[in-house]
Amino acid sequence: MFKKLVTGAAFALAMIPAASFAAGGGEQHIEDFAFSFEGPFGSYDQNQLQRGLQIYTEVCASCHGLRLVPIRTLSDEGGPQLPEDQVRAYAADNFSIYDAALDEDRPAKPTDNFPVNDGVGAPDLSLMAKARAGFHGPYGLGINQLVKGMGGPEYIASLLTGYTGETKQEAGTTFYENTAFPGGWISMAPPLSDEQVEFIDGHANDLHHLSEDISAFLMWTAEPKMMDRKQAGLVGVLFLTLLSVLLYLTNKRLWAPHKGKKQH
Amino acid sequence: MSGIPHDHYEPKTGAEKWLHSRLPVVGLIYDTIMIPTPKNLNWWWIWGIVLAFCLVLQIVTGIILVMHYTPHVDLAFESVEHIMRNVNGGHMIRYVHMNGASLFFVAVYIHIFRGLFYGSYKAPREITWIVGMLIYLLMMGTAFMGYVLPWGQMSFWGATVITGLFGAIPLVGEPIQTLLLGGPAVDNATLNRFFSLHYLLPFVIAGLVIVHIWAFHTTGNNNPTGVDVRKGSKEEAEKDTLPFWPYFVIKDFLGLAVVLVIFWAIVGFMPNYLGHPDNYIPANPLVTPAHIVPEWYFLPFYAILRAFTGEVWVVQFASFVTGGIVDAKFFGVLAMFGAIIAMALAPWLDTSTVRSGKYRPQFKWWFLLLVIDFFALMWLGAMPAEEPYATFSLIASAYWFGYFFVILPLLGVIEKPDAMPATIEDDFNAHYGKKSDASPAE
Amino acid sequence: MSHADDHEGTRRDFLYYATAGAGAVTAGAAIWPLVNQMNPSADVQALSSIFVDVADVEPGTQLTVMFLGKPVFIRHRTGAEIQKAQEQDAEAAGTLPDGNARNANITDQDAPATDANRVLPSPDGEAPGAWIVQMGVCTHLGCVPLGDAGDFDGWFCPCHGSHYDLAGRIRKGPAPENLPIPPVRWDSGKTLKIG
Repeated sequence: MFKKLVTGAAFALAMIPAASFAAGGGEQHIEDFAFSFEGPFGSYDQNQLQRGLQIYTEVCASCHGLRLVPIRTLSDEGGPQLPEDQVRAYAADNFSIYDAALDEDRPAKPTDNFPVNDGVGAPDLSLMAKARAGFHGPYGLGINQLVKGMGGPEYIASLLTGYTGETKQEAGTTFYENTAFPGGWISMAPPLSDEQVEFIDGHANDLHHLSEDISAFLMWTAEPKMMDRKQAGLVGVLFLTLLSVLLYLTNKRLWAPHKGKKQH
Repeated sequence: MSGIPHDHYEPKTGAEKWLHSRLPVVGLIYDTIMIPTPKNLNWWWIWGIVLAFCLVLQIVTGIILVMHYTPHVDLAFESVEHIMRNVNGGHMIRYVHMNGASLFFVAVYIHIFRGLFYGSYKAPREITWIVGMLIYLLMMGTAFMGYVLPWGQMSFWGATVITGLFGAIPLVGEPIQTLLLGGPAVDNATLNRFFSLHYLLPFVIAGLVIVHIWAFHTTGNNNPTGVDVRKGSKEEAEKDTLPFWPYFVIKDFLGLAVVLVIFWAIVGFMPNYLGHPDNYIPANPLVTPAHIVPEWYFLPFYAILRAFTGEVWVVQFASFVTGGIVDAKFFGVLAMFGAIIAMALAPWLDTSTVRSGKYRPQFKWWFLLLVIDFFALMWLGAMPAEEPYATFSLIASAYWFGYFFVILPLLGVIEKPDAMPATIEDDFNAHYGKKSDASPAE
Repeated sequence: MSHADDHEGTRRDFLYYATAGAGAVTAGAAIWPLVNQMNPSADVQALSSIFVDVADVEPGTQLTVMFLGKPVFIRHRTGAEIQKAQEQDAEAAGTLPDGNARNANITDQDAPATDANRVLPSPDGEAPGAWIVQMGVCTHLGCVPLGDAGDFDGWFCPCHGSHYDLAGRIRKGPAPENLPIPPVRWDSGKTLKIG
């Protein structure tokens, strides 16, 4: 019995996700959205990322930057995968960049990053989906990350859909009540509303869908290599499992002359 | 090298003899990997190899990351994202390095607790134990400084809080803190020196690892029974041991491969599981995150640090006796380092003549309680500093010290050990009857 | 010892080889990314082709752009220059120090260094040979040649006096080779894609 206890304790040590013990404030309400990229085999939905890009460009970009994201990655595999000429046109049409060599602004090129936008003090969104955690459970162990992700996109989507409509004035600033924001009051006015963005393919554009699409896009900007990573993870796990089995058999055979039948 | 008699390397050809008489490196390698190893080692003994692997893994991935990383406050965060987005396979290398630190600590904690249970620290292996403790301390320093390098919010505020510990030392504290930081606060100078030391210390660790291995190859491995290998003759020793290669190399590699399956699954499927989301926000000296929580491997000692507040009578007493020099803040720091020193002193605190915990009926339960205590402290370290966690932390911290300073010394005197096998061979054959004299299962 | 011994031995060997092989493959798979990370990263690779709008480059002028850290000369020739280049073609035949076209855009890498083999195909509405694009790096020791200069009205390298003609061929001086022509093509309208 003692042996089992010790083994169990050690197993728990190996699995301990202690960092996630630091569960955040209790009153936040984070809805669990079912994103296509969750779980070990989940992948980004290319069309959803493209819709998210459109929402970002038409709505978010007026206040928020994506300074860490190179525009060219819009055509990368595993991302929105726009054709390269469209990316060139997109960059030139939507953004201008200060060029130190020319000492003036010029239209953005795919090799540029999305521009910095700190005009109204809105945070940069490049890594937002990894900088927020929606889930800490079960029991603060955070193991549901394996199947549900860490909840960053859920946090963003919940925030966008979590406005109650209440406002308050404080020190000359208007705050909006939001059920997902820590503290409950956020200074960002509700940015999205039903049918605010029209999609060419006529995809649903109610608030819930728009929130979901932009959150998926922001997950991609935060973790653009997720597809590569999961693939490498899968191949590695399978191969290391094979290696473990072979080593198990080798080990067993190697020791066989020194061991007889197990006596108890 | 080892005290256990065994065959040594004999140079045969002319070239071998030529080299051997000038530099006996082949002999050194031969004697190291063919070292006679107690054949009853169980699966708790694989973690040494896992640790060696981790050290190599961290050094190799670390050197690679340095090729793309820029240690400057304006560029550090961006250069890490450059690694994540632009460098070929950079995201995997970085995630491996990040989670490699956690694997390193999982392995070192299991390795330490294995030593504590089977009495690996006891004579004649005190040097091995002390060197191991030094390695562990250096690991903590290295990991802490490495965590600062991405220059996220947790990097910055972790650095601020931890260097603040040194400021708690009376009289010399503040000069020391300033010396560590290179200025009044965490800034570019801090980042640069942490980078330098984060690169240096792993090589110091590698040097100590060689000493660690040298030491236990001199005394011979401990084993689950704690019974010594018979050293009277080579034949006798061979009944108790098998050469490290291939028997234990393959066994350890099997253990390593299984560990790596889990490790790789975490890297591939949830690489940010053990990290903190706040570290994806660039460092901002004007905004402190709501919860500053150290990485999980520091939590038990962080809990001990926080447990001793001004309301605790021990702290008040210490403050009174020293005329206020040892205040609550300094007491906490002393307690934290004391908790590790207590472990390091185990060889001299444990009075039992029996090495292995397997044959100590009372010790087993106290040890189990220590393991639970360790997890409890880890959990408490992540909880906010408020009731009831403060009281729990105090109780858990008290047990940690009680185990080493009260239970280990007393238990050796009052406990009646169980019967032990006379030899390692007996223990091994009790588990695995040899083919020739295999008896039917009971 | 039983009759199964031989099979036993073979099976054991196979198992050992399989394990060693799997171990070697794992190690190899682990080592490759460690080497590959030193190859140019995605941001550097993204610069390996550039787009240049040449709508504003008038005949008789030259645009110099940076490509992979080196200057590229984009020359828009006038009718007179095209004619002169063809005359130079005739007079140079057989006497060129470097008879190779040095053009990365034609499949035949031994193509002779005629003007036609070095110029860019002209867009609609322009005479053949109106555009020539070449690396602006002297093939001698890497200086940047001057335009509209030298004995052949092409380029002249001030460092050691190499003269290039209107087709960028070395005609006189120490440089061993014609100015190389990078991969270049018309992308759309008046936009060139270099690289």
